[in-house]
Amino acid sequence: MRPIVTNLAAVALALVAVGPVLADELPIRNCTWCHGTSAQGLTVAPRLAGQREDYVVHQLQSFAAHKRDDFLAEKYMWSATANLDPDTARNLAAYFSSLTPRAAGDGESELVAEGRAIFENGVPTENIAACQACHGPEGQGVREIPRLGGLSYNYLKQRLEQWNEGHDALAAPMPKVAKSLSPNRIAALASFLSFVGGETAEK
Amino acid sequence: MKTSLWRAALRKSLAVCFAVTAGGALAESRHVRAAGGVPEAKFEYCTTCHGPSAQGFRGYYVMPRLAGQQTLYLENQLHAFLEQRRLNAVMANVAHGITTEMIPGLAERMHALNPPPVGGAPTADVALGREIFTNGLPDQNVPACSACHGPDAKGQREIPRLAGQLYWYMTYTLSIWSKERGQGGRQDISWIMRPTVENLTTKQIQAIAEYVSALK
Repeated sequence: MRPIVTNLAAVALALVAVGPVLADELPIRNCTWCHGTSAQGLTVAPRLAGQREDYVVHQLQSFAAHKRDDFLAEKYMWSATANLDPDTARNLAAYFSSLTPRAAGDGESELVAEGRAIFENGVPTENIAACQACHGPEGQGVREIPRLGGLSYNYLKQRLEQWNEGHDALAAPMPKVAKSLSPNRIAALASFLSFVGGETAEK
Repeated sequence: MKTSLWRAALRKSLAVCFAVTAGGALAESRHVRAAGGVPEAKFEYCTTCHGPSAQGFRGYYVMPRLAGQQTLYLENQLHAFLEQRRLNAVMANVAHGITTEMIPGLAERMHALNPPPVGGAPTADVALGREIFTNGLPDQNVPACSACHGPDAKGQREIPRLAGQLYWYMTYTLSIWSKERGQGGRQDISWIMRPTVENLTTKQIQAIAEYVSALK
């Protein structure tokens, strides 16, 4: 009996310690079901931990309005946000953004150096802009511009490919940026970014 | 004796006026000739960061408004970036993909754009900003900005347009002026702003930025 009580107490303490909002006040399980229990991402569902709050809010709005229209968005996120009210959306975004992100580290190590060069300097002779101008020197993002550092290789690759295919045309300037990137460069960028540490979750 | 000295002086000043005007006309025609020469892809590359209508964009770094900017100012800045007389990490990289031949055409393209200001600045000190812009701060040895930048803040020749410039860019560039610009020495035209920026307090800079950022 005592071990069970101790375990329950430990779980309760953990839930209380999790953040400013108690886990059972917000329906975070509706999200962590796919995005991973610690919100660090799971298969195709990206990490939410440490993501920019304004960015998350915009994405939730974009899913609900069917503006973000890539295949997985339509399959999963359109229905996930169909009954999401704006207040809950904002609270969920605030909660996830407060979590410490962990780097996925699942890219191709041999491509990291090339990816870093593109991220930091772009390729000016081929009119490819430096990602860090908007996303920051550590890919940390700011305000409504997302944190890229530590997102999974496959997720980053997919997003760039989707814009290349013409999805989500309103996400300016990313569709134009993606069009300037070859598949090799996309793989390099995604590899580099997947390893970028995201230990601090500062806003 | 006096009359002939007068006549000589008059002739000389007329010659100087003529030379300046002719030189100016030559410069104008150089700009016009090269205007069509910029590749579309290069212009698109600029707008990736500076905004689809070059209205500016506040990313992690602030990319200033280029739309409606004075062509001579833009050309001077691009030359300064190319020659590392103006130090900026992002633009230093961009410069690797820009040749001097592209510069007049890019400047003309940007000058021709006219989107509304991005806005979004605080507004608490707009009145102070207008006061400093219009009348300067005589006690602080700060001239009226309007004296050179124009009462409408649209600039002239090598003096930049400030109207509609991003608030965060104005506060940034005025606060790091001498660290970024004029690295080539005192003959650099940006040195003219040094005494003024050094005499402005942070709050005054913010006030001016609030005022001009809302101007169309």
